[in-house]
Amino acid sequence: MSDVETFRAPIIARATDQSESSHILKRSWEGRGGIAGWLSTVDHKEIGKRYLITAFAFLIIGGLEAAVMRAQLAQPNGHLLTSEQYAQLFTMHGVTMIFLYAMPVLSGFSNYLWPLLLGSRDMAFPRLNALSYWVFLFAGLFLYASFPLGKAPDDGWFNYVPYASRAFNPGLNIDVYALGMVLLGISTTVGAINFIVTLLRLRAPGMSINRVPILIWGTLTASVGNLFAVPAVSLAFFMLWMDRQFGTHFFDVGAGGQPLLWQHLFWMFGHPWVYAIVLPAMGIVSDGLPTFCRRPLVGYTPVALATVSTMALGFGVWVHHMFATGLPIIAVSYFSAASMIIVIPSSVAVFSWIATIWTGRPVFTSAFLFFAGFVLLFVIGGVSGFMTAAVPVDLQLTHTYFVVAHLHYVLIGINVFPVVGGIFYWFPKFTGRLMNETLGKWTFWVMFIGFNIGFFPMHILGLAGMPRRIYTYAEGLGWGSLNLIVTLGSYLFAIGVLMFVVNVFVSLKRGQRAGDNPWDGASLEWSTSSPPPPYNFAVIPTVASRYPLWEGRLNQGDDHSSTQQGFLLDKGRETMGTTSLDAEPDVILKMPSDTYAPLLLGLALAMLFVGALLHSWWLLGGAAVVSLLASIAWLWPERSLSQIET
Amino acid sequence: MSYWHTYGPAGYPLTQLGWGLGIISIVVIVVIAVLLLGALSHERSRRATDDTQLAVGREGGGMGWIYIGTGITTVVLIACMGWTLVTSASVVRPPSPPALTVQVIASQWWWGLKYTSAEPSRTFITANEIHVPVGQPVRFEVASTDVIHSFWIPQLGGKMDVIPGQTNVTWLQADKVGVYRGQCAVFCGAEHAHMALELIADTPEGFRAWQDDQLHDTPIAASTEAREGQRVFQAHCAACHAIRGSDAAGIVGPDLSHLMTRRTLAAGLLPNTPGNLAGWIADPQSLKPGAKMPDHLVSGADLTAVVDYLKTLQ
Repeated sequence: MSDVETFRAPIIARATDQSESSHILKRSWEGRGGIAGWLSTVDHKEIGKRYLITAFAFLIIGGLEAAVMRAQLAQPNGHLLTSEQYAQLFTMHGVTMIFLYAMPVLSGFSNYLWPLLLGSRDMAFPRLNALSYWVFLFAGLFLYASFPLGKAPDDGWFNYVPYASRAFNPGLNIDVYALGMVLLGISTTVGAINFIVTLLRLRAPGMSINRVPILIWGTLTASVGNLFAVPAVSLAFFMLWMDRQFGTHFFDVGAGGQPLLWQHLFWMFGHPWVYAIVLPAMGIVSDGLPTFCRRPLVGYTPVALATVSTMALGFGVWVHHMFATGLPIIAVSYFSAASMIIVIPSSVAVFSWIATIWTGRPVFTSAFLFFAGFVLLFVIGGVSGFMTAAVPVDLQLTHTYFVVAHLHYVLIGINVFPVVGGIFYWFPKFTGRLMNETLGKWTFWVMFIGFNIGFFPMHILGLAGMPRRIYTYAEGLGWGSLNLIVTLGSYLFAIGVLMFVVNVFVSLKRGQRAGDNPWDGASLEWSTSSPPPPYNFAVIPTVASRYPLWEGRLNQGDDHSSTQQGFLLDKGRETMGTTSLDAEPDVILKMPSDTYAPLLLGLALAMLFVGALLHSWWLLGGAAVVSLLASIAWLWPERSLSQIET
Repeated sequence: MSYWHTYGPAGYPLTQLGWGLGIISIVVIVVIAVLLLGALSHERSRRATDDTQLAVGREGGGMGWIYIGTGITTVVLIACMGWTLVTSASVVRPPSPPALTVQVIASQWWWGLKYTSAEPSRTFITANEIHVPVGQPVRFEVASTDVIHSFWIPQLGGKMDVIPGQTNVTWLQADKVGVYRGQCAVFCGAEHAHMALELIADTPEGFRAWQDDQLHDTPIAASTEAREGQRVFQAHCAACHAIRGSDAAGIVGPDLSHLMTRRTLAAGLLPNTPGNLAGWIADPQSLKPGAKMPDHLVSGADLTAVVDYLKTLQ
């Protein structure tokens, strides 16, 4: 035991990326390079970038699916697609955008940015982070593998039974969805655990809980929400798979099963999930907007509390997806009122953003345009949600294009716009280069105008009685011209997305060099180089306020954060563990080195699900054994990883 | 299908509330848009100075926005919640006891209808076309034989999901004589898009006449062609379709008694003309792919005969 270090008083030193200590750090933290390094890395920045790129790939695939559907619907009696093709397209479009784009893209931002925002050298569980990504990737591939075979899920993303049961849907389609979602749930769950523990333990000394950026609040809230929400849907899909494969009767009406049980379980998950895919995006805006308004966010505390209370309320509103199912009026009225209450925390955020712009001195960058445009889209998506929350009105609106319009304002307006703005904002940090601003501003206007032309008329289509999920419609119902406008507008929006992608590729090669802090931002990620070194910070920063890099100009008295001088921690991969609320230095955490264990475990888990799908019990058994072995290898105690008291 | 205007007391309160909340929503959007534009443009000179300087020296400024904005929002919101609850309560029950109960039995992808009555002799079955007397509330008991559907006649009122294993109850009332289109609103499989129905509101006398008409057995085929058609029907169609007064008693497909009194075929898909009828019987799968009715059951002379027979079902 004598060779294991259990106590050390960490050295406080002044260091930069040019210091000698930084070379030592670089040697410790740098990956192996090459394919081996690529497959075994546990660096949060690498994993974050992979999340972002994979999620964008899925966004584009889901967008192409939508483009084909819009071609079908552009005119009455369209016959480009058969009804079954259309069903698979709208299902995969929803599944892709909601599960494979919207959440993972935010995980990408958070994975990349959390340690940088918090002043840490990695996430709390770097290997779990890698596992989370690999399982997400494999679950996405799993869900898409059946698409070329014409066996993709085809009952909509909320997959109502009994149409999803074997009697009505005998093919592999629904099994792929059921197992794919259970697999994806593993990724979401381990990712959520990692964020929560990282927040509790890995903040820079001095970054008490009331000093963390709003993005951290958003992702933390989403992660806690997911921990409670995902089990409901994993359970529901597992029960459905059991019904389909082994004749259990959870949802079998003939044997006393309940179709509404599915809806309750699905939406108990589904609605919190909606908040999980918007709250971190709102956090991106709450952190980005102040930089371009040249002032701190108005109302940090109310906005942080609004974030948390939105999620808490979000667990009590799921029945608003089920107002027309014949539940008693007293019951649905409760859920109606609970849903409307969410307007209050939302309005706190909206007025905070407007006040920040109003009292600030806005700099009209591309990122700022996306954030400011988002505020209006947030409000439009919000008020249409408020209308559907009113039971009597919803009895007309539900299941129509009004809801389609609402959910796209929420998902595109509150997720895609902040995400694209966030990329413009942090691209220099990710790559060391700025994105092209001229093209960026054009991109904003094309996306903003295209989006509103494409999606606002959907509200009117809904009011004109067009139901969701119809693959065609007759002439004479008054839906033709609006549908044509929707199709054209959505194509314009798609051109905007394409311009953004072109901008990314061009700027990667030719973008202007950024420097550490091109926007004069206030948070810790801007204190390190662009892109950051493998160890993030030459010394662990010490934080004394919410805006460590603006302290000198905010006249806040004697707050002195320090980014150049702090704990050195250069004996291998180390970072500082701090206490949960006040972020007092507590322990030196030894961080794991690169390893194949997460990849191997992820692959084995994917194979296990393939075995279950194909009823290949040998594959399933073999994969289970490999999973176990990979877990043992992963968890094998290493003395060098024991934490060190300070 | 547009429900900007509705035509009965099950719909009026929804429409009023919908317009009310819609207008409030639009006002909110406009107010926020104006504030946002104001925030972006006011005192443009502020931006002329050095970008790296911070505009506000402390964090606290601007809180008034949140207090006032959220305060006003909360007041409006609570008023809307009250209005919503009152409206919800007002449409739970019809203003007077329903004059009539119709059972709606939804299947992939059509609507069976059973007009019930205390007297068994006044009970009858039809499909895809609901007739009601104007100005009277009608109770609908909705049930499904297979998957979830949703019963929706937008110009008369809100939806009621049709869920297998349970019977949901709703009511509608038409205050104006006319034809009201409806359509299934929950995705129910391949031909979800082609699962429409019509509700025809008639004067009480007209409704009574229709009802009496429906209660009669269909006349026995008179002409030779029609008799031949009936034979073909019995051989090829009767396993699924029923025609009261004949031996055809299938329950898988729509009841075809008095078929010729209906305006449409195949759950609102086609106008009911002899040509469409022949086309539908010959080739249903090209018109409604996935429907349970197979192609080419009858063709050639048999097809003509069956159409001749069906044309007699007045």
